[in-house]
Amino acid sequence: MKTLITLTVNGDAHELYVDARRTLLDVLRNELGLMGAHRGCDSGDCGACTVIADGQPVTSCMMLAADWNGAEILTVEGVAQDGQLHPIQRALVEKGGIQCGFCTPGFVMNIKALLDENPHPTEAEARAWLAGNLCRCTGYAKIVEAVMSVAEGTS
Amino acid sequence: MNSFDHFTPATLNEALSILSERNGNAAVIAGGTDLLLRMKNHILKPAAVLNVKRIPELRALSFDSNEGLRLGALTTLRDLTRSPLIRDLYPVLASAAGLMASEQIRSLATLGGNLCNASPSADLAPPLIALDAVACLVSLSGERQIPLAEFFTGPGRSVLQKGELLKEIIVPPPQGKTAYLKHSPRAFMDIAIVGAAVRIQQQGGKCQQARIVLGAVAPTPLRVRSVEESLEGQTFTDESIRQAAKISAEACSPISDVRSAAWYRKRMVEVLVRRGLQAVAL
Repeated sequence: MKTLITLTVNGDAHELYVDARRTLLDVLRNELGLMGAHRGCDSGDCGACTVIADGQPVTSCMMLAADWNGAEILTVEGVAQDGQLHPIQRALVEKGGIQCGFCTPGFVMNIKALLDENPHPTEAEARAWLAGNLCRCTGYAKIVEAVMSVAEGTS
Repeated sequence: MNSFDHFTPATLNEALSILSERNGNAAVIAGGTDLLLRMKNHILKPAAVLNVKRIPELRALSFDSNEGLRLGALTTLRDLTRSPLIRDLYPVLASAAGLMASEQIRSLATLGGNLCNASPSADLAPPLIALDAVACLVSLSGERQIPLAEFFTGPGRSVLQKGELLKEIIVPPPQGKTAYLKHSPRAFMDIAIVGAAVRIQQQGGKCQQARIVLGAVAPTPLRVRSVEESLEGQTFTDESIRQAAKISAEACSPISDVRSAAWYRKRMVEVLVRRGLQAVAL
């Protein structure tokens, strides 16, 4: 069964006929060609598919696209502005918070959701917030350093 | 996933009509964090999926000093952790929700889903039962209310009938102090191997009302009524708390599984009930 839905992704409105079985992650990657959100565990545990939907961080592999008709989605492709990396992306690069990079888009989006709500988290708050993102390179120390450097850099 | 018909009703009546027409072969989806897992793994192959997220009647979040708190089935775990009303009047619900899953899953997962999936380890069940919450169920033939303590009938099973939806949970005005303690091998992103909610209301140094509700150690969330009754009318002491914790551990019937051995769960029931009572009663 196909359903007509509208999604606003990174500011652009899209009308799409989607198979009801498709997840939001499927639609972002296969229909819209946005490969930033990654399929890791496909069960909501690893956070590699994290995007921001209507202002909240979500695992896009655990959402039927048809359920999210009308939603505003922000993916990692939408965070850099005018060719400039977002401060979170720059901090991850500068602090070495990237190794293989597979988990990075999910981290960028969940860190953005954290700092949008709480611009100055404690390290413990940042670690708790990021519990839903796994880095198989286990580079957590550098990722947390990056979060804290962005938090310190804003006032 | 197998293919299915997908519906997004805009009203409660429309949803109930579809549920009734489909005669139990429709899966209700809200957050989807449990349902989609089972559909992806082919454990569930519903012929229809009914998205209830657009139904305004399921969105209550209000408080009245006589009636108490109305929590719509669509209240997300994130809503529970953020709502000033809940943080202020029912902090145990905010903290229990905050112990579940991840920030991303809490944005999706709902109160209704946590209860209707009827997992013995559902973290919201013990604190809500300890608060004497009532489930409001609705079908085409009308509404009925049932104490949440009687809602669960087994792992994955509840009193919810074909054609019936959980509309909301009603929690009486807060009385006494309530705590929920969860034990899981990992600090985050883990399922409880033991959950324990305690609520104690005291007057003049004596216990007026006690609630002790255990999660993940029986086929359903378990009220330990014998211990509740033995505490009521008594003055709390270290010894009476130790005794209550010990009897609570004996009252439950946990299984051994991949997460924990049964004997360990029993030991942890004793520890959590003791700590919970010490926190709210002394």
